[in-house]
Amino acid sequence: MGLFYHIGKYFLLLFRVFAKPEKLKIYYRETIKEIDKLGINSIGIVAIISIFMGAVITIQTAYNTENPIYPKYLIGLTARDTLLLEFSSTIVALILAGKIGSNIASEIGTMRVTEQIDALEIMGVNSASYLILPKIIASVIFTPFLCLMSMLIGIFGGWIAGVSTGVMTTQDYVYGIQYAFIPYYIVYALIKIAIFAFLITTISAYHGYYSYGGSLEVGKSSTKAVVHSSIFILLFNVILTQLLLS
Amino acid sequence: MIEVQNISKSFNNVQVLKDINVHFEKGKTNLIIGQSGSGKTVLLKSIVGLHDVDVGKIFFDEVIFNELNFKDKKDMRKQIGMLFQGGALFDSATVEDNVIYPLDMFTEMTKAEKRDRANECLKRVNIINANTLYPAEISGGMQKRVAIARAIALNPKYLFCDEPNSGLDPQTAILIDDLIKELTIEYNMTTIVNTHDMNSVMEIGDKVVFIYKGEKWWEGTKHEIFETENNELNNFIFASKLSQEIRKLKNKT
Repeated sequence: MGLFYHIGKYFLLLFRVFAKPEKLKIYYRETIKEIDKLGINSIGIVAIISIFMGAVITIQTAYNTENPIYPKYLIGLTARDTLLLEFSSTIVALILAGKIGSNIASEIGTMRVTEQIDALEIMGVNSASYLILPKIIASVIFTPFLCLMSMLIGIFGGWIAGVSTGVMTTQDYVYGIQYAFIPYYIVYALIKIAIFAFLITTISAYHGYYSYGGSLEVGKSSTKAVVHSSIFILLFNVILTQLLLS
Repeated sequence: MIEVQNISKSFNNVQVLKDINVHFEKGKTNLIIGQSGSGKTVLLKSIVGLHDVDVGKIFFDEVIFNELNFKDKKDMRKQIGMLFQGGALFDSATVEDNVIYPLDMFTEMTKAEKRDRANECLKRVNIINANTLYPAEISGGMQKRVAIARAIALNPKYLFCDEPNSGLDPQTAILIDDLIKELTIEYNMTTIVNTHDMNSVMEIGDKVVFIYKGEKWWEGTKHEIFETENNELNNFIFASKLSQEIRKLKNKT
């Protein structure tokens, strides 16, 4: 029953979030701020994890295909497809669930327990929409760019790791990443990460918005936001893969 | 004028407010007093619509506020200013931006007009040269005054203050009380202040309502409060040893 209660409450919150904004100009300004806070500020972490993801995939593939019957370009091909299909969308989304999910839940949660949300409501502002909608728009718009960036940096990381360890040549790697390329994989990854971004933002905002008590509860909300966002990312990963690739 | 008729409120089957009827007068500072946990904050938040009451009616002049639909309630709220216990200023905005916020949201003023109005409100509450500071960079008393400035920015008809003196030293508390009183007269507002500070009662209490265990136990003026025979109210008023000694001396004379 608890699960259905939360699902119902979550959709009621979404209903309020997508109500007509009071003033579009203010929402636009807030969205720009959120793009900076949630998107631009995540570039660093996404770049770092992507370079290491690419490197590890390349090295692991090289050690698993040491048999001479496997051509060396398979290393590049495997790195590319693994990054495009899974790592640059799902793993990046899981990292973002930790970074922006906890940020959103703690920010909104603190506003709740310090009565800032009540102050907005008293003024006649739709607090749910004002606080959450710009975050949703910002993350859904910006995370596909992070995903594309992750793909490029990951492939670059794979090349550095492969060439520096001597498991393959640059020619093999470049041939591999071009071989049997299916552009739809990029579209698939971008659709996935946009949906994951929506889930991260709304689930985290839900936990923050309904925080009650003090700093301890805000901390708990933040933890719940990350855990629940991660679970739903993995669940939707299966659903979306079945829907988009089968 | 604000009138509360037969309101009750429960949380998880615990009745916090029991059949309360009160009339709060326009242009006066109306005080709700009571011990911690007596239900006065729930009463205040029920009046402003932050809690939905189980039964009863809340009149804002002729309008039954708690029976309005979401949109009308939202419009009505533009006439309400509220000072929260902790100030509830937006952490991420400067002092000036906090006061400008309601003007930004609900008026078509130009940037310069909004800034002028914000400065006017800040000046009225004696906040000078702090426009660019963030709430974390100013004192508790200043935060309360900025919150008052934000509350009056849209010229509200109704002002609500939830324990405006909590966490303040006696001198600053008196300043805040005086400010609330002056603004009530200046803007001809219906002001309701939630407090357990007896100094506030003596300073600004045009009308005083005593809440005890979720029920309205007594109501009257600040002059009548010391004449009352109500035991619970007397226990509340004369809780400190100093006030008990004064009372003994008064009774002797």
